[in-house]
Amino acid sequence: MTLSAVVAPATSDGPAPRRGTIGGSSSARLGAASGITLGTAVLWLSLLVLLPLAAVIAKSTAGGWTGFWHALTAPGAAQALRLTILSALAVTAINAVMGTLIAWVLVRDDFPGRRLVEVLIDIPFALPTIVAGLVLLALYGPTSPIGVNLLGTQRAVAFALLFVTLPFVVRTVQPVLIALDTEAEQAAASLGAGRLATFRRVVLPVILPAVVSGAALAFARAMGEYGSVLLISGGVNHARVSSMYAFQQIQNADYAGASATATVLLVVSLLVIVTLDVIQRRAARRG
Amino acid sequence: MTMNLMRTRRGRTAAALTLASVAAIGVSGCSAGGSSNKAKVNIVAYSVPKAAYDALEAAFQKTSQGKGVTFSESFGPSGTQSKAVASGQPADYVGFSLQSDLTKLVPKFVATGWDATPTKGMVSDSVVVIVVRKGNPLHITGWDDLIKPGVKIVTPDPASSGSAKWNILAAYTHVIADGGTDPQAQAYLKAFFKNVVSKPSSGANATTTFTQGTGDVLISYEDEAISARQKGAALDYLIPRESILIENPAAVTLTAPQAAKDFLAFALSADGQQIFASKGFRPVVPGVSPSVVEGANDPANPFPSVAKLTTIEQLGGWSAVNKTYFDPTAGVVTKIENSVG
Amino acid sequence: MASRLAAAPRLGLRAVALGYVALLVLLPLAVVVWRTVRQGGSAFWAAISSAQAEQAFRLTAIVAGSAVVLNTIFGVAVAILLTRYSFPGKRVFSVLIDIPISISPIVVGLALVLVYGPYDGWFGASLHSAGIDIIYAVPGMVLATTFVSLPLVVREIVPVIEDEGFEQEQAARVLGAGAAQRFRRITLPTIKYALAYGVVLSIARSIGEFGAVKVVSGDISGSGQTQTATLLVDARVEQLEPGAYQVSLVLIAVAVVAIVVVSMIRPKEERA
Repeated sequence: MTLSAVVAPATSDGPAPRRGTIGGSSSARLGAASGITLGTAVLWLSLLVLLPLAAVIAKSTAGGWTGFWHALTAPGAAQALRLTILSALAVTAINAVMGTLIAWVLVRDDFPGRRLVEVLIDIPFALPTIVAGLVLLALYGPTSPIGVNLLGTQRAVAFALLFVTLPFVVRTVQPVLIALDTEAEQAAASLGAGRLATFRRVVLPVILPAVVSGAALAFARAMGEYGSVLLISGGVNHARVSSMYAFQQIQNADYAGASATATVLLVVSLLVIVTLDVIQRRAARRG
Repeated sequence: MTMNLMRTRRGRTAAALTLASVAAIGVSGCSAGGSSNKAKVNIVAYSVPKAAYDALEAAFQKTSQGKGVTFSESFGPSGTQSKAVASGQPADYVGFSLQSDLTKLVPKFVATGWDATPTKGMVSDSVVVIVVRKGNPLHITGWDDLIKPGVKIVTPDPASSGSAKWNILAAYTHVIADGGTDPQAQAYLKAFFKNVVSKPSSGANATTTFTQGTGDVLISYEDEAISARQKGAALDYLIPRESILIENPAAVTLTAPQAAKDFLAFALSADGQQIFASKGFRPVVPGVSPSVVEGANDPANPFPSVAKLTTIEQLGGWSAVNKTYFDPTAGVVTKIENSVG
Repeated sequence: MASRLAAAPRLGLRAVALGYVALLVLLPLAVVVWRTVRQGGSAFWAAISSAQAEQAFRLTAIVAGSAVVLNTIFGVAVAILLTRYSFPGKRVFSVLIDIPISISPIVVGLALVLVYGPYDGWFGASLHSAGIDIIYAVPGMVLATTFVSLPLVVREIVPVIEDEGFEQEQAARVLGAGAAQRFRRITLPTIKYALAYGVVLSIARSIGEFGAVKVVSGDISGSGQTQTATLLVDARVEQLEPGAYQVSLVLIAVAVVAIVVVSMIRPKEERA
């Protein structure tokens, strides 16, 4: 399973030039049937996605800016937000590097069991989050067979987030590396450039958009993650992330408080989507 | 990205595998049972009595009134469950941790006069206990040991959990019961909260958090401690010298079928109370004495009396208690919680 | 190509990459599988065949199945609209469809409750008086699951249609073929494998949804329940009941099958 088409349609595209791109001149005008279809699709999207998300923002701003700020700076909310943002940043940085490295090894190296590794990398994406949580608890909790007990620590939260964000950068970078023509690297090598310099100046610029796309998605996922962190955080207050805080507020029927935190998470998600779209447009223009 | 249009065995095998997996999930979910024409009872309850209600349902279904009746259950923090029913979660039988979570539903969902019964609407009792790791490694003997530095306490969040409120009241009133003053009780509570490392959303959640390894001490219901030990958890509990009498109410809703009313009556019958007792709850009906309760400290004498037992009545009833102690802005406990942060 | 990397750094990189994946993914999985296997076959059977478990699996199948069907219809329709037609707001529409990929499941649940909740929801209040229950009932769970896997089918099909180009369809249109005919005989065969790919991704995602359904469901077990397989795992862990590992193993197996199926549909990418 690769995420490439889902994750960043443009950067996943091979070297073949795209015909009939969105907005291309060969597109037809809307007829009656297609018009109705579009209307239905837009209506469905609104009822399912847009209106509910608007409701979250509306609820959080119902008390004006002061109400919103008050809800965000409630002790539990602020603490959770801080932990969430810092963990997400750290985890994204680590998996951006490791993801690129893994993609490199998968593409440029050959070893027995590569198929297995490909499957393993997709597991965090395909696994239900609560099962991931149980899986992590089994290894890093109090019953750990290797004696590592991270229950209730912020490190445990980071581990869980590392787990679920692993596939993103790997899967965005892999197709780009596959499509990359090694001629430029060979030329650089023959001119005497070291491996690291070659990587930095020849390969990196090409894969950078893919790395950033993957990192953006990883960041959004890490910010909003719930199921896999739930068990390993052990219910300890300082290991509680924003999604857990929002859930608790929903249970306490404090919808305003939940919505305030939710709005922050939502804004991050939207920024990520916009970033991806910008990268995709730039790559399409260049490509 | 060009898709390879090979109509290979791979493609067909892939499709077959997919269908097989989906079918497997669907088939595994298909049981032979069809829908019953008999009544269905929706139980919405607080988080800890699942084992008791499972047993009650099974026993009830063996009676003539209960034959063919099916149940659906929802367990969660008492406050949350009460709000859920108030927001539309379907319920026929509601059982909460404390009386005010039930009175919130009167008169819109539960008839007034639900508590005009010999047991004043209660179906089970308990007391607040201190749960420790097996062998009591920290040698906790009572409330005052809990505020020693370095003792990590697990107790649920009073914003959602009923258990939490009972616990906090017990912690507070133990000072009064020993002859202390309100300022002294507040000072104790402040030190108590400083030692709290985890505030899970419900009593059951708190037990799980504790058994998973968080904290040194768990404050909980006596029935929850017994129930956890029945499930094999490695913990001990002690009944402190001063505690509070926990009284759990239950009622049927306005839209409940006759089966729900029968079930409530069964819960209050001698048989029902016996089942509650076997799961660690103190019976509310006189004359019910459980033979042996596994998991209790002394299975032959599972419900010892508490030296200094405070009751909610003595404190003025739940509405007064909620106002004085748990009011979101001016409550005594709320203020202390916020000051500790 | 492998020969391009000199031996020592290649082995070093390989060791780091594989070690990381092993530590992060393989090891925890192995522990769970081992523990479940060690608990034995009868424990496994009891855990997944109890009435509660069977209901949970059945509900998962219903909810996931409904979500996948809805998203497939939506996905195919939208893919064609995006690639074959032009209309104002097309770019915005395309971006909006991607939103569910990056949203926290708790936000999804909260959003649906705020609009479709039975007493305070924007629409939910009127729906409830009309007797239609969405939140705390199966429809709400279908909505939540549909939300989180919305873009998966669209995003698989769009590049394929785009790559295929217009010639065949234009020729068909000139020759008088109607839209339905064009779809059936030209578009559908083209997108067959991408569609299967997207559907399998959706199935896996829908089966695995947890946070959003937890918020909208009320987590009711027993008859008339709203407890899916994932919620069952959570409930068993929370209630200290046995059988969480066993249900998890089933879900892990489903995930692995999905990954393998998808890797078989999609051919191996050409090596550089």
